[in-house]
Amino acid sequence: MPTAQTPSIFDPVSSPALAIRELSFVVLGLSAVIFVVVAGVAAYTLVRFRNRPGDGRREPPQVYGSTQIELAWTVVPFLIVMVLFLVTARYIYGIEGRAMPSDALEVTVVGNQWWWEIRYPRLGIVTANELHVPVSDPARPAPTFITLQSVDVIHSFWVPQLAGKMDVIPNKTNRMWIDPRVPGTYVGQCAEYCGTQHAWMLLEVIVHPRDEFDRWVAAQQTPAVTDPAVRAGRELFLSLSCINCHTVRGTPANGVFGPDLTHLMSRRTIAAGAARNTPEALRAWVDAPGAIKPGVRMPAMKLAKSELDSLTTYLLTLR
Amino acid sequence: MSAHTAVHESTVGHEWRGRAGMIGLIIAESSLFGVFVVAHLFYTGKSVNGPYPNDVLTIPVIGTICLLSSSVSVALGARALGRGNVGRSGAWLLVTVLLGATFLAGTAREWHRLIYRDGLTIATNLFGTTFYPLVGLHGSHVIVGLVMLGLCCVFAATGALRAVHAARVEMVSWYWHFVDGVWVVVFTVVYLIGR
Amino acid sequence: MSVLSPTLMSPEAAARRPWLEHAHDWVVTVDHKRLGILYVVSGLVFFVVAGIEATLMRLQLAWPGLHIVPPETFNRLFTMHGTSMVFLVGIPIVFGFGNYLVPLMIGARDLAFPRLNAFGFWIFLFAGLLLHWSFIGGEGLSGSGSAPAVGWFAYAPLTSRAFTPGNATDYWNLAVFIAGVGTIGTAINIVATTLTMRGPGMTLGRMPIFVWTMVTVSAMTLFILPPLSAAQIMLLLDRFLGAHFFDTQAGGSAVMWQHFFWFFGHPEVYVLMLPGFGFVSEIIPVFSRKVIFGYATLVAATVSIGGVALSTWAHHMFVVGMGTGLNAVFALSTMLIAVPTGIKIFNWLATMYGGRIRFRTPMLFCCAFLFQFLCAGLTGVMLSVAPFDWQLSDSYFVVAHFHFVLIGGLLFAIFAAIYYWFPKVTGRMLSERLGRWHCWLLVVGFNLTFITMHGQGVLGMPRRIYTYPADRGWEMWNLVTTLGVPLQIVAVLIFVVNVAVSLRRGERAGDDPWDAWTLEWATSSPPPEYNFETIPVTTSRRPLWDMKHPDDPDGPHE
Repeated sequence: MPTAQTPSIFDPVSSPALAIRELSFVVLGLSAVIFVVVAGVAAYTLVRFRNRPGDGRREPPQVYGSTQIELAWTVVPFLIVMVLFLVTARYIYGIEGRAMPSDALEVTVVGNQWWWEIRYPRLGIVTANELHVPVSDPARPAPTFITLQSVDVIHSFWVPQLAGKMDVIPNKTNRMWIDPRVPGTYVGQCAEYCGTQHAWMLLEVIVHPRDEFDRWVAAQQTPAVTDPAVRAGRELFLSLSCINCHTVRGTPANGVFGPDLTHLMSRRTIAAGAARNTPEALRAWVDAPGAIKPGVRMPAMKLAKSELDSLTTYLLTLR
Repeated sequence: MSAHTAVHESTVGHEWRGRAGMIGLIIAESSLFGVFVVAHLFYTGKSVNGPYPNDVLTIPVIGTICLLSSSVSVALGARALGRGNVGRSGAWLLVTVLLGATFLAGTAREWHRLIYRDGLTIATNLFGTTFYPLVGLHGSHVIVGLVMLGLCCVFAATGALRAVHAARVEMVSWYWHFVDGVWVVVFTVVYLIGR
Repeated sequence: MSVLSPTLMSPEAAARRPWLEHAHDWVVTVDHKRLGILYVVSGLVFFVVAGIEATLMRLQLAWPGLHIVPPETFNRLFTMHGTSMVFLVGIPIVFGFGNYLVPLMIGARDLAFPRLNAFGFWIFLFAGLLLHWSFIGGEGLSGSGSAPAVGWFAYAPLTSRAFTPGNATDYWNLAVFIAGVGTIGTAINIVATTLTMRGPGMTLGRMPIFVWTMVTVSAMTLFILPPLSAAQIMLLLDRFLGAHFFDTQAGGSAVMWQHFFWFFGHPEVYVLMLPGFGFVSEIIPVFSRKVIFGYATLVAATVSIGGVALSTWAHHMFVVGMGTGLNAVFALSTMLIAVPTGIKIFNWLATMYGGRIRFRTPMLFCCAFLFQFLCAGLTGVMLSVAPFDWQLSDSYFVVAHFHFVLIGGLLFAIFAAIYYWFPKVTGRMLSERLGRWHCWLLVVGFNLTFITMHGQGVLGMPRRIYTYPADRGWEMWNLVTTLGVPLQIVAVLIFVVNVAVSLRRGERAGDDPWDAWTLEWATSSPPPEYNFETIPVTTSRRPLWDMKHPDDPDGPHE
């Protein structure tokens, strides 16, 4: 049943998630033991002491209590709780208390209704919904430290295979870190109800081998492709209100309310995962975003068919 | 089943029913005020724009003296009724109402000044947001208390109030003491700490 | 046929009265027994409505990409489902039982403030109707009315005017606020009654455990419900007068709403659950034919749960970024509360041990309760481990956990209580056969749905999503989860049929059909309006045991 994309918390590849899984074995183990013992006693009791027809109306011996037994079953659970707490505290400090090394990759994730803005402040990159990071070798760690902010309501950044979630709260800055050790794509999504399209605020974290990551960075740092073949579409784009919300670096478009489109076609999905990034889906999205993601903030542009084709052709060049 | 030795039906005296109820109400109301106090304290110093408390707040000395002394008058009024002296009770309750009304008038004047002269409304900044609800919540409780006390005065005047009602008037007086107690807290938090 | 005929009339004359007179009696009543019945029946009606909402949600989620309901409607469904279940089902039923049983169990003739009691019921009913009016009242989006869609905990700033235009959120805010006022009134009533109106010989140390749980939750209510009311007043001021309590754009704090809400919200679930423990503590001894084991520790555990519950609230906020210190503190307090809760389970098991267990329907529900609540408690301890919660907070694991508590625990305890006390309230027994079908179908359906649901959680599925991508491996888990729903629906239907049939044709119960030991069984079924001919004198924790066993009364053993 679990597929390659199943974001199971028991399939971690990054230290915080690995630590949590380690801790969870302790907790699950303890709970299993308690369950077996208590449920076992309960089941035994129910069978052994059921009323049998020959018992008549005699009442069994009335036992009002036992100070020793009650003390024992108070003290033992209390001690178990103390041990559990100490173990827990160690993991809390180990994960949350980690200081950021000076050479860590810094990323700022900004939650919006209903998409993620991903910024690399020191690299000058702004993208959306896909977080690209280099793989981290336990021997020479290359963690990514993520600063979390929101422009509107509370969201939550959750990629189970990499770390526990952290809320994204307006007027508050949160921090978390990941250090994925295996290249690949890890999925997640917003985990705090944030309005109509909370369900389609998906996340992808793509973990690259080091050299591949450097190539991705270089490609993202270049301004938008200027392909003369789509000049008509580009001019249409720049003349419409698209530029009020979207940025395409290398053109006058510098809106900040919607995702950065400079390298739109380098992403696997659009609409924060609600649709695959194919020409047909892109065209449908520009035509009527509300049909794919009802309630979305982007208005329907109400373009004529030829304009739509021209615009889409332009957007398809933004690799 | 027969009640062979028990004479009364319940374990404690009758008037404790009302007292337990009033204590329950006071606990709940204290919890309510507590949250507004927490919000006010939390937001102290966090307003991003003025007017700030230091600029516009003046300590309401007269109102506070009136309100706190009204606790004395209401206690005297409740005690007088307990002794059967309806007339004296009514008089002390009336004094309480007048002192309370003076306090309210002071609050009203203060708010008028804050809104029209200083430009501080509930929407102006975080100070306004927490000041008006906290002081206003207290003020609304004063109003309710004044209504109850006013009714007692009216009943005293018409002769409907009698010594047998002493326990009930005592409950009104307990409510009034609570309102005064809340003012001590609000006063400290808003006019002393919050400035 | 009137359940509680005016006792001055002959039964035939009572039956001949026009139905309008019956209805009038019920509307103007201040009798705690009638108000208790009104509370429980209303709660069960809202339960069915909220259950329909859940059914629609499970249908929508049975497979990825379904269009059973549009997204906005789904968001309204989970908001209404959660809000209704807590405020319009759980609280009314629990306080309804408290209303009915507390005076009888302590040898009183009514609650301390009967008119306040009536006010509490009618204000709750008004609040419930106001909340549901939102489906059709006011302007709406997508044509489905403006029921609130902000989740039952209504986090700021989603609830601000900027992000939720229209009046949907105001319906939520006002309805819950009004219901809260009624609950505070009832809580004051119960505390005053138990402290000042106990019958002769009924010391605090002889009160039934159920009464202890009601006093505890009533006292808790006085502390915790006003903070919610305060937060709601603040939200009202934000939305209508431009205040900035939770307005993050103006420097306000979204997290502050969470603190206020959960300061109420966490103890609230103990307010719901403790009376469930109270039911079980009354029923298990009677059907095991043994006195409850460790009365004093059970009382101590109850009161300490009530107290410690006030310190655990921010375990709902482990992922908010409170910092290591606070995370650790709240993890500790949450783990600590497992101790008195676990003790209760041991006390119940020890009560059954060495007994002669009769598996009548109330006991069947209690047995299911024991296993299910054990699971619920253990998943709760798991979630108290903050780092584990960092993964599982806001996922379906949490949904599974709290449904184990509230259905597997509370609802099963409520059904046990209904089967146990229905004879006292109505004078008739419920059908054992239908009861067994009800219980087993519910056990199978409930566990099929909610055990499975832990799976989606650990596989990364968050809460409150109206659909999910097809490539995450969640489909089969969701499908199986949904398959448990029809079984639960049939179980509840069987219950409804059982009640309807038994009201007319159930076997006559008599005063004490279960051979029980607390005071409510010392009067007729149903009790007269004044509860007891003469208030019984209480000689121990089990007054009727003393009567039935004069050679071996409880007193010397206590």
